[in-house]
Amino acid sequence: MKFPNPHDVKDIPGTEGWERMYPYQYQFTTDDPERKEYEEKTFWFYDGLHYPEPIYPFDTIWDEAWYLALSQYNNRIFQVPPVRGVDHRIINGHVYISPVPVEDPEEIGRRVPNFTERAGYYYQNWDELEAKWKVKIEATIKELEELQIPGLPELEDISVVTDAVGESKGFHLIKAYDDLINLGIKCWQYHFEFLNLGYAAYVFFLDFMQKQFPSIPLQRVTQMISGIDVIMFRSDDELKKLAKKAIDLGVEQAITCSQEWAPVEAALNKLPKGQEWLAALEEARYPWFYISSGTGWSHNDCCWNDDLSIPLMGITTYIKKIKEGADIERPLTKVRAERDRITEEYRALIESEEDRKTFDELLGTAKTVFPYVENHLFYVEHWFHSVFWGKIREVAAIMKEHGLIKEIDDIWLLRRDEIKQGLWDVVTAWATGVKPRGGAVWPPEIEWRKGVMEKFRAWDAPAAIGTAPEVIQEPFTIVLWGVTNSSLADWSEVQNIDDPDSITELKGFAGSPGIVEGRARVCHSAKEIRELQEGEILVSPTTSPSWAPAFAKINACVTDVGGIMSHAAIVCREYGMPAVVGTGHATKIIKTGMLLRIDGTTGIVSIER
Amino acid sequence: MKGANTELPLVCWLEDCRKDSTPLVGGKCSSLGEMINAGIRVPPGFALTTEGYRRFMAGAGIGREIQSLLAGLDTQDMDALEKTSETIRGMIEAQPLSTELEDLIAEYYRKLSLRCCLPAAPVAVRSSATAEDLVGASFAGQQDTYLWIRGADEVLHHIRRCISSLYTGRAIAYRANQKFDDALLAISVGVQKMANSFTAGVMFTLHPGNGDRSVIVIDSNYGFGESVVSGEVTPDNFIVNKVTLDILERTISQKDIYYTVDTKNQTNQVIDVPPERQKVQSLMDDEITALAWMGKQIEKHYGRPMDIEWAVDKDLPFGGNIFILQARPETVWSEKRKTNTAGKGTSAMDYILASMLEGKKLS
Repeated sequence: MKFPNPHDVKDIPGTEGWERMYPYQYQFTTDDPERKEYEEKTFWFYDGLHYPEPIYPFDTIWDEAWYLALSQYNNRIFQVPPVRGVDHRIINGHVYISPVPVEDPEEIGRRVPNFTERAGYYYQNWDELEAKWKVKIEATIKELEELQIPGLPELEDISVVTDAVGESKGFHLIKAYDDLINLGIKCWQYHFEFLNLGYAAYVFFLDFMQKQFPSIPLQRVTQMISGIDVIMFRSDDELKKLAKKAIDLGVEQAITCSQEWAPVEAALNKLPKGQEWLAALEEARYPWFYISSGTGWSHNDCCWNDDLSIPLMGITTYIKKIKEGADIERPLTKVRAERDRITEEYRALIESEEDRKTFDELLGTAKTVFPYVENHLFYVEHWFHSVFWGKIREVAAIMKEHGLIKEIDDIWLLRRDEIKQGLWDVVTAWATGVKPRGGAVWPPEIEWRKGVMEKFRAWDAPAAIGTAPEVIQEPFTIVLWGVTNSSLADWSEVQNIDDPDSITELKGFAGSPGIVEGRARVCHSAKEIRELQEGEILVSPTTSPSWAPAFAKINACVTDVGGIMSHAAIVCREYGMPAVVGTGHATKIIKTGMLLRIDGTTGIVSIER
Repeated sequence: MKGANTELPLVCWLEDCRKDSTPLVGGKCSSLGEMINAGIRVPPGFALTTEGYRRFMAGAGIGREIQSLLAGLDTQDMDALEKTSETIRGMIEAQPLSTELEDLIAEYYRKLSLRCCLPAAPVAVRSSATAEDLVGASFAGQQDTYLWIRGADEVLHHIRRCISSLYTGRAIAYRANQKFDDALLAISVGVQKMANSFTAGVMFTLHPGNGDRSVIVIDSNYGFGESVVSGEVTPDNFIVNKVTLDILERTISQKDIYYTVDTKNQTNQVIDVPPERQKVQSLMDDEITALAWMGKQIEKHYGRPMDIEWAVDKDLPFGGNIFILQARPETVWSEKRKTNTAGKGTSAMDYILASMLEGKKLS
């Protein structure tokens, strides 16, 4: 397996100096020999799961947030014995990550009692602590929603004097920005409070089953934890409810009259029952439409509340389905019955009483942690992030007003510390009554950065760089990112093929069992899923909960990135349709209209040429 | 059940055999009877019982002579062993069966042919030892099997050959080593309709490589199962999920030869697989699934992993064409008392910690 040396990766011509767009510790460097050596012997894989596109300077906030949070929990709070944190780098706008092992066996031994005590406490008190978590995260979201981003008035309100406030809007703006950033970082602290332990419970249940049954397909194990109601499905369920309500109220014609929200809303307002439906929509929107059309990681991922034509598409699909007499509910009863049958049969095949006890324990723990592993996504990546992006846009509006940026969306090309710097420029100039310096500094820099981002996008990021290890051991890496020895070998193989048009077979993870043939529809974003035709096979970089309506139309799903716990795999298992995930390159190789054969049992996608 | 003047039958139908019939019909036939009664499709047949065997040996009156031949034998001396074996086998095969036994067997054979709608049904004649097929005492292959036998006389002849197979050199030596009392020796002979197999092979209801009980592993080749059993070809290999019956893995091998019947003289023959079929999957997906389902039922019935021989009959349509020829308990993994995987305490935390430290990879 050959992957490029990180220090040999060349700058794309015209992007020289791009490093200043990101925090300096993200650079692969040669100026520190110790660091250089470490970087070369380490294995870095491209985190396409979170960043299917090059990362914008501002969006680096979430990367830093989880760089800190995941690593601190692993290493400083719970002390996972054999793994420290996960290290990060950026190269040509692409984020590469690497789990850092503890190599000294004695040190691992010293970490054990800490881990047992600390992680043990969480496992034993999981439900109680998770309830506390929910309070914390909801309070954080509330604080965010209530956070005001003040504009800078020509003259401060008289109340500043009469209430003897003693502080100006200039200071409040700086403070609000700091608060905003801190809330974001705090939210991510909570994000990882349970996640590592949750994944560990899950991963080692898989591991136990694989030891018991070396040939067991992973999705059979995950199937044993399927059919648990998690709020990840809630938003989609709301769409289904709204679709039914529309039919019940007889307003479905108005809803399906356009793909855009504005004319639909106008049509509904003209109908007496339309108001009632709109009221139901309003109720469903908060918080259930705070669902991002992407993973929530990028500022580009707008949420349903930002653009109601996205959920409208889902509602329309469901209305059509109901009218055709189709059952739009997830076949939960069937899924659960099959889950129970499979669980019981495998359990009966375990030879020893003691192993059966371990099985019961591990399955129980996996089921306990499962809701968190899913639900945190809604709270953090979807709800919090969606509101957060909006607040940053409010900050951007002030910067635009003061001439530091030309467009609201220019803000994403600035690092968050540059924004702070810019805001200081704005408030001091505002206070003083002079012109800020930034108007001449940032716009040309932003223009240049836009060009760099363009070039980054055209770059074909290697799936991995550095030195591939003998074995991949870090459980999160395997389950979440789908990185294993065999997947790397497959990626490296595809990477080295000169003519991608000659590829007739792609390997990935068997995400959800079954075999299906059909036409491909390549969708890069949630917006594109409206192109989907009934019975097609969705081919996408990755999927997220807001893609849910797509699953009502398609017969199978293929993704570039993701392991068996990725969204696409979970949803397909719930819908009982095949999925092959983590193929590495499907969206680059497969074109819309190609005839595909998806074998979700073996993880093979065959392309008819 | 016909039993002449004794209480125990001399011959009986396979469907009249049960698990507890082993002393009477041997492991193989009782197992076949057991399967038929469990609803598993097995080619029809009958058995000469151990009582029939005793009657034959008593009538032949050669017991004492055999004892004396064996008494002074040094089983380490291969030449002497083989010579003694030859002598004893010759004696047995030369003995006629009593008229009573001959008539009885001929009548069963005629009825079997009628059941198969064939003038003289081709049958497999195989020994069914009382000690064979038991867990921990597998000396499979130590008795003979004769395939594609037609006509009552031929059946009778091969029954005698099966009986004489008790005295192969290997069997004599084995019993001597095990200090097995030959006076207790008994054998039954099964006569079973030949499956006219298009494809045949073996099936384990666990993974013979790693003992994984959640899979069924099938080896198959064209023709009769011998090419697979004997290891003369690398068969196609299929791994099926026992729980869901999904085909997890398939390895299609190049199969050079297969066993079929020589239609002229009704004997088994080895022929080359035509080049265009050598690399073609010898068992269809639907058949794999149906076969694995049967394997699962067999295991469920016996309550333990099984080693099964099967055939797909070419004369019958899909749905009724898969036959189980033999099923015996799997011995290798069953004896290897599985150490528990955990060995780390049974709590989830114990396991998670131990596994983290072990750092085993998932693949």
